[in-house]
This record gives sequence, C-alpha cells and structure tokens, in this order.
Amino acid sequence: MADFFTSKDWLEAVDIVKTEVPLAIWETLYVTLISTLIALMIGLPLGVLLAVGDKDGIIPLPAPLRHFLNILINLLRSVPFLILIVVVAPLTRLIIGKAFGTAASIVPLVIAAFPFIARLVESSVHEVNPNIIEMAQSTGASPFQIITKVLIPESVPSLISNITIALTTILGYTAMSGAIGGGGLGKLAINYGYYRYKYLVMIITVILLILLVQLFQSIGTKLSVVSDKRLKKK
Amino acid sequence: MIELKNISKTFRTSDSTVEALKNVSITVNDGDIFGIIGMSGAGKSTLVRCINMLERPDEGAVLIDGVDVGSLKSKDLRNTRREVTMIFQGFNLLMQRSCLNNVMFPLELAGVKKADAKKRALELLETVGLPDKANAYPAQLSGGQQQRVAIARALATDPKVLLCDEATSALDPKTSHAILSLIREINEKLGITVIIITHQMSVIEEVCNNVAILDHGEVAEQGRVVDIFTHPKSQAAKRLVFPEGEQEILVENSAYRLRVIFGGAKAAGTPLIARLAKEKGIEANILGASTKAVGDKAYGNMLLSFADENSKDLAIAFLKSIEDISVEEV
Repeated sequence: MADFFTSKDWLEAVDIVKTEVPLAIWETLYVTLISTLIALMIGLPLGVLLAVGDKDGIIPLPAPLRHFLNILINLLRSVPFLILIVVVAPLTRLIIGKAFGTAASIVPLVIAAFPFIARLVESSVHEVNPNIIEMAQSTGASPFQIITKVLIPESVPSLISNITIALTTILGYTAMSGAIGGGGLGKLAINYGYYRYKYLVMIITVILLILLVQLFQSIGTKLSVVSDKRLKKK
Repeated sequence: MIELKNISKTFRTSDSTVEALKNVSITVNDGDIFGIIGMSGAGKSTLVRCINMLERPDEGAVLIDGVDVGSLKSKDLRNTRREVTMIFQGFNLLMQRSCLNNVMFPLELAGVKKADAKKRALELLETVGLPDKANAYPAQLSGGQQQRVAIARALATDPKVLLCDEATSALDPKTSHAILSLIREINEKLGITVIIITHQMSVIEEVCNNVAILDHGEVAEQGRVVDIFTHPKSQAAKRLVFPEGEQEILVENSAYRLRVIFGGAKAAGTPLIARLAKEKGIEANILGASTKAVGDKAYGNMLLSFADENSKDLAIAFLKSIEDISVEEV
C-alpha cells in the first residue's frame, strides 16, 4: 500500500488532480446550473401549460396544439444526448458562434433538459388535488389566478424534488458533453482516463461526480421537505 | 332568493349516460337553512354545483335574486361566486398556506388590500373560534378545525349564500354537531342563506327549516322539515324518516290500531300511555314508535293497538284533546 502512494502513477495523478480539478469542478457546476436555469425558464411554463391545457384542464388547449406540443417533447426526449449534441451543432454555432467548448455545450444541454423538465413540472402540477382547484373556482378565481396562486404554490415541494432530479440528470449530461470539448469533470475523465489511459485520474473524477450528485440530491431533498407545510409537526 | 327551475343534467361517457338531475325545481328563501338530502348518487352534489355553475345544467335556469346565473359572463360569474361561497366535505384548504393566508385567499383573488384582508381574516378566525391558529398550517389542525378555517374562508367575501357540500360527513358526531351549530349561528347572526347537502337525516333534523328529498335525480318531496317528518308522503321520504322500515312496525295483525303523530314541543314530554291508562282506564299496546327531535321540538310517530273498537274510540277522543297531537286510524 505504501508503495502505491509513492508510485509514479499516483503522484502523477495527484499532480493532475491538483492543477486541473478545481477549474473542472467550477466548469461543471457553472454549466450545470446555467443550463438548468435556462431549461427551467422554458420547461416550467411549458409544463404548466401542458398540465392546465389538458383535455379536462382549466384552460383546455385546442387538440392540434396539444398534440403538437406532446409530440415535440417526446421527440426531443427520445434523441440520445450524444446524437443531440451533433444534431444541434448548427444551432449552437448560430447562438454561441462556435459548436465546440464549454459555453457551446450549454445549448444542447438546454435542448435536452427543457422537455424533460416540462414533463416533470406537468406531473408535479397534476399532483395538486382537483378538489382544491374546484374550491378555487368556486371562490371566484380566474384561470390565471388558479395557476399563480394555487397550482404552482401548492406543488412547490414536488417541483423542488423534481427539479433536483433534473439537476442531477443534467450534471450527468455535462460529463458527456466533455466529448465535444465542454469543460468540466467529464472532459477530465475522458481526456486523461480514456484517451491517455490514466485510469487513476478517471476514477478520481468519477468519485467527484458521485459526490456532486450526492450533494445536489441531499440539498434538494432537504429543501423539498423543509418547504412542505404538510409535513409540519402538530 | 334562489330559484332552481327545471334543472336537468346528463353525464355522458363513451359507454353510458347517467341522468344526474331530472327536471329539478327548488326555491330557497332568503335567510333559510335549506337541506337537500338523498342517497349517494341521488344527484345532490351535482345540483349544488349547478347553483354556482361549477356544473352547467343542460336544461333549466338558476336564478339568484332574479339574475340568471347561467347567462353571466365569466367575470360576472366570478363576482357572483364571491357571493355564493362553498364549503366541502374534504375542507379543500390550501395545504401550503397558513390558516390566515387560507382565509385571505378569496380576498386576495378579489384584489382587497393586504392589510385590510389580514384584518378581516383575523376577525373571521375569531368568529369561527380559532383566533390562535392564524399561523398554523392546515396539516397541523384536526378535521373540525380545518372545516372552521374553511368556513372562515367562505365568509371572507361577505356572501349572501353558503353552500355546504357534505360539510360534516367526514367528521365525528360531536365535531359534526359543533360545526352545524356554527353554521346555524352564522345563519342567525349574519342572515346568510344556507344550503346544506347531506345524506344524513340527523343533519337535516339538527339545523334545517326546509328540505328537499332527492331520489334518483328527482325531487321526491319538499317542504318544511317538520311536515316531512310527521307526514312523509313519498317512498324516498319514508325511507329516510323510518330507516328501519315502516312495515316492521305493522307486525301485529290487530284491527284496532291508531297512529299517534307528535307535532310539537310538549307532546313528547307528556306521559301519554300512562295517562290513557290512569285517566281513561284504556290499555294500549305500543307496536312501534319513532320519535325525533327536530330543532328544539319533538316530532314523531307511535303505533298503538287496542283490545276492542270501544277503547280505540275512547282513545281517539282523548288523544285529540291534547295539543300538538293528531291521530289517524290505520
């Protein structure tokens, strides 16, 4: 064991980790959070629209529009992320100016994440007791008031726990975007572990990714529980 | 005044149609506590939802103070709903809001200033007996307390009418009694018309003045609660007044039978059978009895049999001389 910690492989790995990991963690966090945020800005309204626009919802959408949205979301969700990166490259180039690098990885991440978030939000909103919606209607609430004062506030704990799921999934995707030069822990793992056979570096970065997912999940679960007024003690 | 005129409503699914309401007409006067009773599936929940247009009737009209609610534009309908509020079996409180914010909810929707809304909500929590629960969340309250918060919320917009949809069905008898007392208090103090939907006869007995009995989507009988209790005419009414079945009372095959009907307060306190025996020397056999307290008065029904024609006639003469009692031969 002592041999291992003085071995050339180990010392080299430690060296790489020391110089590269802080930036990689920063890049991973920043890409994950920015992508989730932008995806939320699209996915949250879209998810609410899907839920209230249901056939029996409070603002039923015209059937063709409803079908179009559903098919679009299913379509985007069925494309494997690695393929999506390639497919949206022209769009990425249009928005970012290049299809390569850390900033460029945000575009495919958002496109992969917003349909996923929309579905999660839809299911959170659907969890709200229909009797409560009826109560709001009987109290004279307009459909818009039902959305802003009933559906969203009542589903906050569920939204938080679903957004946490989205966040950890996107974190996993950022690792994949290392393939197109998106910075972060994923790039480190691929560059050193896969291309240069430095398995130790790969293992260390994977462990760091695991820890990050654990951290996000714990914070998310905690926030969801704390925010849920149904769980207040008597 | 609320007038339901020839309301019909049919629910259609892909493989069946259910006629929930068939030509229902009911009039509820201002200040009344009006009960609508029926078995599960009789259409009473649908009927009450027609009053505030949560359900649109297929035919017929709902007039509230002469205004046809069904013809209102959505904005006007929302304003009407602030005047015809509702409480529910499941309380339907917003679980992520404190009690205070639940009571403020209708005021918020109506655009009342926050400070005013808060003041009003605190007053209402006081009215329903929960001044100390303003900052508690619904999950921290018992069922009875949650219904009190729901009542406070329903009163927030100064309604003219309170619709109660099985409001006490999920509560134990004691709590149910307390909630009904609160509803009666509100009716008396604030002059709010109350419409109560229930499947429990005890609820009607306890608070209602008038009642409509709904049976398979039709009004079987309606009128004053006391009249329906003393003289139920329809089968549906008889089933509710004599839940054990009237026939069972008529077991003995005696030709000399009388039905004694109690129609007021003192009658129940008079030892009738004892007086009959003592003062007139008539022996009466009680075949069956069913008496109930309606409001603070007692009403009911007793079936007596006698040994011969003569003692039966004497008994009729005696019983007819007593106030609030009527007799019929059966």
